[in-house]
Amino acid sequence: MPIITYRQALNQAIAEEMERDDNVFILGEEVAEYNGAYKVSEGLLDKFGPRRVIDTPISEGGFTGLAVAAATYGLRPIVEYMTWSFSLVAFDQIINNAGQVRYMAGGQFEVPMVIRGNSGGGLRVGATHSHTPENWYANVPALTVITPAFPDDAKGLLKSAIRSNNPIIFIENEILYNYKDEVPEGEHLTPIGKARIRREGSDITFIANSASTHRALEAAQTLASQGVEAEVIDLRTIKPLDFDLIAESIRRTNRAVIVEENKPFAGWGAQVAYMIQRHLFDELDAPVIRVASLDAPQPYNAKLEDYLMPSADRVVKAAKAVLA
Amino acid sequence: MHTVDKPGRLKDSSSSAPQPAALPALTRDQKHGMLRMMVLIRRFEEQAEQAYLRQQIRGFCHVYSGQEAIAVGTESVINRDDAVITAYRDHGHALARGMCPKACMAELLGKATGCSKGKGGSMHFFDKSKHFYGGHGIVGGQTPLGLGLAFAQKYTNTNRVTLCYLGDGAINQGVFHESLNIAALWKVPVIYIIENNLYAMGTSVARSSAGDPLVKRASGYDMAGIVANGMDVDDVRAKTAEAVNLARTESLPSIMEIRAYRYRGHSMTDPRKYRSKDEEEQQRKRDPIEIYKQRLIDDGSITEKDYDDIEASVGAEVKEAYEFALNSPDPELEEVFDDIFAPETQIDEIERRPKWSYGD
Repeated sequence: MPIITYRQALNQAIAEEMERDDNVFILGEEVAEYNGAYKVSEGLLDKFGPRRVIDTPISEGGFTGLAVAAATYGLRPIVEYMTWSFSLVAFDQIINNAGQVRYMAGGQFEVPMVIRGNSGGGLRVGATHSHTPENWYANVPALTVITPAFPDDAKGLLKSAIRSNNPIIFIENEILYNYKDEVPEGEHLTPIGKARIRREGSDITFIANSASTHRALEAAQTLASQGVEAEVIDLRTIKPLDFDLIAESIRRTNRAVIVEENKPFAGWGAQVAYMIQRHLFDELDAPVIRVASLDAPQPYNAKLEDYLMPSADRVVKAAKAVLA
Repeated sequence: MHTVDKPGRLKDSSSSAPQPAALPALTRDQKHGMLRMMVLIRRFEEQAEQAYLRQQIRGFCHVYSGQEAIAVGTESVINRDDAVITAYRDHGHALARGMCPKACMAELLGKATGCSKGKGGSMHFFDKSKHFYGGHGIVGGQTPLGLGLAFAQKYTNTNRVTLCYLGDGAINQGVFHESLNIAALWKVPVIYIIENNLYAMGTSVARSSAGDPLVKRASGYDMAGIVANGMDVDDVRAKTAEAVNLARTESLPSIMEIRAYRYRGHSMTDPRKYRSKDEEEQQRKRDPIEIYKQRLIDDGSITEKDYDDIEASVGAEVKEAYEFALNSPDPELEEVFDDIFAPETQIDEIERRPKWSYGD
């Protein structure tokens, strides 16, 4: 199986789906002539031309709204944000329009669109550019929130997202763009709403997503050398949440640590922790611990930023507390 | 009744005289139909106000009285398969689009038979079959949607156009300017129709918007800007025809500013303390329905008796709509979870409501 980057996997997904369906088009800042601010859309303009690969002005609210309505009209737009941090100026369009129009119309319209771009901290770009907004959007009932951690899922989930008849919030992570792994060629669809066990273990369950999956895996590696086998669940889709897999795992391990980059207050891990105590109270041998970003804005200084973010060290520490 | 000014003497009309030559002459039936639709909108809204006072309509209810010539005149020069989208003062546009008064009234009463199944309410009317794309509650939020509808029309080579209505208050939302810029850059066939009813809720246009006329905003984007007199349905019609022609034949966007007067408050809960009774009375002297009625009588298209017949048939239709709404059922409680997600057709169905509840 070919080994490609997360970035190339995303590119493949978009190109294959555009090949498949003329209603699919991509728009965003620098997606066409510049070949993508992060090169995810590289080569698409040459392949599909300016009708379907469209450079926009710096107007996230405007072009997001455009895409919402184009979707209700039957097209399948892919909106690229240079980073999800810029989605804040399009919040009304995402939440009130993409997120409510079908319901408010009594189900008359479909909104088959994908909004995608990178997110996350660790890049020393400060407080305005480092958001991880999955919990914000997961709070909107009609929005589906996907956060792939590996190249195969980046491709398979993006292809599924483009084919979905519903609005999909597709949150990539910049520090994963150069991550390389095996990715199936051609048709490869990953089911939306299904988590995946990325490492099996019997002593404790780590529940993570996106870049935090890699932190959890690193922590599991460290613990393995100390005789502790951690199971690592990559949620892949934040909402709908695959609690079946979480429950199945915790029934075996009876212990859990949640690893997320959201700020702690009402991060997605708070929801998962609630559900674990609500549905699996009797299965637990210890309280669940969440390892999230600290409750502070993202600092520029590298030492401070590293201190703020969830790390494999913090995960190890939390696991030891849960196992104690 | 109010005294009627001739259109040529309207004080704040900055429009030139209507140019009926630009349009095919209306048949007697078409004129009759336009007058009847304006009356229908007015009486529908009066019924809505009554139902609101009886607390049968809850929440916010923004009535269109005084602005009927805008919805009816603009609608009269587009095709059934063109798209229309507006803000929360949407009853008039919906009716002018040909939506069923019964379904509209039922929506106001929150009933399952409503045009949005009782889930949208006054501000969120929709009818896909009529190419009516809402009914949007956030000021200015519909302006990029109008852009997107027209974009999709162009992308799919339909030769259709989109009318996107907004109020004078909405022109100060940033997303409207983002939309104008994109519309002009990409030559998107959307017509933005600013319904300038002189008040952004309770803030007069003079206190709310720099630049007069408001349509001057078009020039910054190299777009056509067209002003019409919203109290004169023929003027609205003629001016809209110019804008539609630009969109249809050259795929060019434009902005229209159509001036009218909102007879009632911003919404039903607005006591209108920011303006005088005298102002309201003066404005009502140039009532769009009275003006058009008199014009049709003068040109021999209708008689007073015809007008009385219109009032009688509209009265019956509105009464029937109201009774239909009253007698319709509420949605079932289980329906609260319906219409959130579209069924999947290209991928396996996504399990949305697993046995694990997110809440209690």
